[in-house]
Amino acid sequence: MSLWGYVLRRLLQAVPVVLGVTVLVFFLIHLIPGDPARTILGNQATEQRVQLLRHEWGLDRPLPVQYGKFMDRLAHGDLGSSLFYGVNAGQLVLDRLPVTLWLIAYGAILSVLIAVPLSLLAATHHDRVHDHAVRVVPLVGLGFPAFWLGIMLLLVFALNLGRAFPVGGYGEGFFGHLHSMFLPALTVALAISPILIRSLRAALLEVLESDYVTTARSKGLPERRVLMKHALRNAAISTVSVLGVNIGFLIGGTLVIEQVYAVPGVGQLMINAIFQRDFPVVQAVTLVFSLLVVLVYLLTDVAHALLDPRVRFD
Amino acid sequence: MTAAAEVMAEAAIVEHRGGFRRRWYRTPSFVAGISILGVIVLAAIAAPLITTHSPIEQDLANTLSGPTWSHPLGTDDLGRDVWSRLVYGARTDLRVAFLAVLFPFIIGTTLGLLAGYYGRFVDGFTGFLVNVVVAVPFYVLIIALVFALGPGTRSIYIAITLVGWVSYTRIVRGEVLVAKRQEYVLAAQSAGLSDRRILGRHLLPNVITQAVVFAMSDIVLDILAIVTLGYLGLGVQPPTPDWGRMIADGQTYLTTHWELSTIPGVAVVVTALGLSLIADGLADLLRPE
Repeated sequence: MSLWGYVLRRLLQAVPVVLGVTVLVFFLIHLIPGDPARTILGNQATEQRVQLLRHEWGLDRPLPVQYGKFMDRLAHGDLGSSLFYGVNAGQLVLDRLPVTLWLIAYGAILSVLIAVPLSLLAATHHDRVHDHAVRVVPLVGLGFPAFWLGIMLLLVFALNLGRAFPVGGYGEGFFGHLHSMFLPALTVALAISPILIRSLRAALLEVLESDYVTTARSKGLPERRVLMKHALRNAAISTVSVLGVNIGFLIGGTLVIEQVYAVPGVGQLMINAIFQRDFPVVQAVTLVFSLLVVLVYLLTDVAHALLDPRVRFD
Repeated sequence: MTAAAEVMAEAAIVEHRGGFRRRWYRTPSFVAGISILGVIVLAAIAAPLITTHSPIEQDLANTLSGPTWSHPLGTDDLGRDVWSRLVYGARTDLRVAFLAVLFPFIIGTTLGLLAGYYGRFVDGFTGFLVNVVVAVPFYVLIIALVFALGPGTRSIYIAITLVGWVSYTRIVRGEVLVAKRQEYVLAAQSAGLSDRRILGRHLLPNVITQAVVFAMSDIVLDILAIVTLGYLGLGVQPPTPDWGRMIADGQTYLTTHWELSTIPGVAVVVTALGLSLIADGLADLLRPE
């Protein structure tokens, strides 16, 4: 099968998942105990207003009809209008999305810069001191609450140590973002590094024991060349896969970390929406992030297929 | 997040293959983990004995005191004893985390068994459900669910169950797929034993090990989720002490009283380390010879 055939097939496989996600997001509102419209609007709202919302969201119709209406609106890009801002909830999310994507990408890049050298160090010094030191990182690191790590970095680098970084915000222009978002991105990176290190170290160890590395060595290639040319290419494949598989983890971490650093992204929008009981916005965030995950899974598979000649398109 | 933990659990298992089977007390990580967790659990149980103040009693004349003889870790912004809140917080967070892991464990393992054994439609449908849940980022789904259900412990249990079963299903299904081709299962089938008996008596004991090992790492994830929800104000509701809430409350006073946010965070990290060490040790001990 050709690459395009493979892409097409993966796209088709994603369709039921996306539909499933819409059902899940649709049913969120029915998890609200009691009368959803009343709960969302609060006790102060007049009965008339509650009735209006109930009708607007079709809560007075049978479930299949409601879902049909929901999907019909979705197809027109309408995710309902925010109860707090009064504008399209989908638009609100899309407006904030660049900030969050910036943070995710920045964090992912920093995590690679942390994890790749450490894993390489551990794998080349298997079962020696360096290796044992690196192996402790995942063991301890996975237990760090990301938001707390953020607060600690804030404490050390923004409030003390020459106040090198701002306490929060997004910054102006490319370099402004780079500077302002360094601590949030570092927090994201530190949160995901333990997972990356563990997988990469295992992958590298396997590669270094493989026949073709032994062959490369016995040909008398310098160790440096063996590592750079043979081992790292495989490490790149693993890195892409591990980051892709953990995109949900990255997004979740970003969401909470935005709250710590007051980064005006989708995460902050969602948390604020929760306290304003702005249901359409919560729904929109859940849907947009899920679509993002499905897309990244797809891209990861395609990238994996392109990078690794062992993967066949079937 | 769940996918992340599975990678960790898998890596932990692969790492230990090729070693030799040891007794639990000769497995350093297991002993270290049990010791750490043991101290914390004991402290949580003996909370009334080792604290001198109520964790919710306010003393507005004595706020943000810093360490004193009567308040070894100082008091918070409402004059509550930080040490008492820390110890009672362990009670809350450990209890919720241990209970929260039970339901996903049972549901996920059952679905994994059925999906792996029966294949076809059952497997296809379970796989579809797994893919849908996995597509929604862990924290986004947990927060959205807790929002819909209303904040509080009950919602935490429900949300974690709805999200957490997926990993158990994937792990157990994989194990069953391998196990059902083995001779003992084929023998049981050709002897005409009922599916129920094969699943319960033959397959379950052989595939449950991986689920148990994963459950230990899963408790770590649950504790992190509980404190994160607490931090966001969606978790355990005040005045019940919870480490996440303590970190959030302390954040306001970061410039003057950095210890208020730092101490509960350290408690989370140490607890998680204890559990991770136990998971690591268990993977080693329960590995089939």
